[in-house]
Amino acid sequence: MAEINRRTGGFGAWLLDPKRRGALLVTPAIVILFVMNIFPLLWSFGLSFFNYKASSLKVPTFRGLSNYERVLTDEKVWERFQTTAIIVGSSVILQLIIGFLLALMFAKAFPMRRIVLMLVLTPMMLSFVSVGVFFKLFYEPTFGIVSYLLSAFTEDRFVVLGSPAGAIAGIVIADAWMWSPFVMLLVLAGLVSVPKYLYEAAEIDRASSLRRFWTITFPYIKSLLLLAVLFRTIETFKLFDIVYIITEGGPGSSTETIAVYLYRTAFQFFKTSQSSALAYIVLFIVVVMTNLYLYAVNRRAEEVG
Amino acid sequence: MTKRYREIGKAGWSYTLITSLVGLIYFSPVLWIILTSFKTRTDALAVPPKLFFTPTLDNFASVFYRSSITTGTSQATDMALYFFNSIFIAGTSVGLALIVGTLAAYAFSRYPLRGNDTYLFIILTTRMMPPIVVIIPIFLMFRLSGLAGSYWGIILLYTAFNIPFSVWLVKSFFDELNPEIEDAARMDGASEGRVFFRFCIPQILAGLSATFVFGLILTWNEFLFALLLTGVETRTVPVAMARTLGGEVGVDYGLLAAIVTLFLLPIFFVTFLLQNQLLRGVTFGTVKK
Repeated sequence: MAEINRRTGGFGAWLLDPKRRGALLVTPAIVILFVMNIFPLLWSFGLSFFNYKASSLKVPTFRGLSNYERVLTDEKVWERFQTTAIIVGSSVILQLIIGFLLALMFAKAFPMRRIVLMLVLTPMMLSFVSVGVFFKLFYEPTFGIVSYLLSAFTEDRFVVLGSPAGAIAGIVIADAWMWSPFVMLLVLAGLVSVPKYLYEAAEIDRASSLRRFWTITFPYIKSLLLLAVLFRTIETFKLFDIVYIITEGGPGSSTETIAVYLYRTAFQFFKTSQSSALAYIVLFIVVVMTNLYLYAVNRRAEEVG
Repeated sequence: MTKRYREIGKAGWSYTLITSLVGLIYFSPVLWIILTSFKTRTDALAVPPKLFFTPTLDNFASVFYRSSITTGTSQATDMALYFFNSIFIAGTSVGLALIVGTLAAYAFSRYPLRGNDTYLFIILTTRMMPPIVVIIPIFLMFRLSGLAGSYWGIILLYTAFNIPFSVWLVKSFFDELNPEIEDAARMDGASEGRVFFRFCIPQILAGLSATFVFGLILTWNEFLFALLLTGVETRTVPVAMARTLGGEVGVDYGLLAAIVTLFLLPIFFVTFLLQNQLLRGVTFGTVKK
């Protein structure tokens, strides 16, 4: 046996054969991903067909699609999706506007740019817990700085989180503040990819700055903006920590996003299987969005390639 | 990758003044947190909020030492351990993901497998997936295998979170390299290992550091999995932060602000040092220069 191995090079040589080099290099990544992500994903897919409860020791029974049926016919779930859509929509729009304006500002070279840029990038590095806790303090009617600053305009103490609209605004502002710098980075990369000679040509043609923007700058950042929208939509869709800390989904359930609802179903009501079913519906939506995202990435690659 | 990052036009100090002003307004919530870390408990919750006050370092002291009122002695808290844990866990897992991801990215770029794009798509989907989808199985899995509460468990999990991003980003850097140089090196008798380490890696070093810093920002503050899967010995700072919230006397904002400020420092300096790389890396390599 050893003789044969030595002659043919053995298992080591078989493994290192150039034909298998690609597969070999990919293996560690795939193994880690399989154990830590894909396997749990399949497990929860399995759970979604049973009536498993993490809090009870009863042997779960097979329920087929009934969990999916229950989730999809639940009016509460649709309300949560609506809330999520409102928060995601307004937050992403706000991030785009702020991120875009910041990028325009930082597209120029100026003294101490590196340091000033750090001021804007810092919110991204804070933890959700700290942003949540301190924004909650800022919004606080008695001690908060927001109601203090607004006290010049309103007679009473301004209660930000008291009404559904205010609570949503409060969450959106905290989230947009944290992640606009990310959009800024993307747009900035787009702005600096515009070939300089195009601007020089526009200078000669005396094109107005608005026209210059629409005909030169915008085409170059168009698909990066799309990238930013999709990436931020996917990320904001998962928004959990900030909502949970600032409003806990209230007042009532007006700010309960789908992620918070999912957490409640799984860890407060221990409806493990039902939450798995809902999680899979969420995953499906995210996969669709990921496809759109890839489409945008490819288009961008074609444009600049 | 070799060309330097270029800006549109130049501006002088007056422009710096304007941008710093806007930057400071944007930074003001962070500034407020930093100020709060130097406030006493009464100053932190003063009505109206105080901008000027006598600073104290008590909060920073009580991050690491807790004085007991009953015995009058001070006792070390475990916060130093939590800071070590955060640095160790985030650093190791982002580094590990970068190594594993770079190998995979090289393969995806140079030796495409059958169904290459499908693999890449599945890898990306695992990054986009809401963490809550897998949290229950992972929790059960960690409890059954004894990984819960260990360094290896959380490090492997974070590595898995960072791999998709590393693969995609690093692949885009490899794609930008000119394979003819590699072929020329092979003609001259360079081994595959030499081609990889001597020709490919040095050219994408900037890209690799961008990947590292971006992964670090995303891992540094992870909370949900750290909360469920770390034990007393392996607890990270975000979890410790959240634990300071639940008190009978309400949130100790000064203490929390001190932890937040200290926890911001390492990531802030790493980002500052690698800022230029970050500016390039964030676009997933879709901007060709």
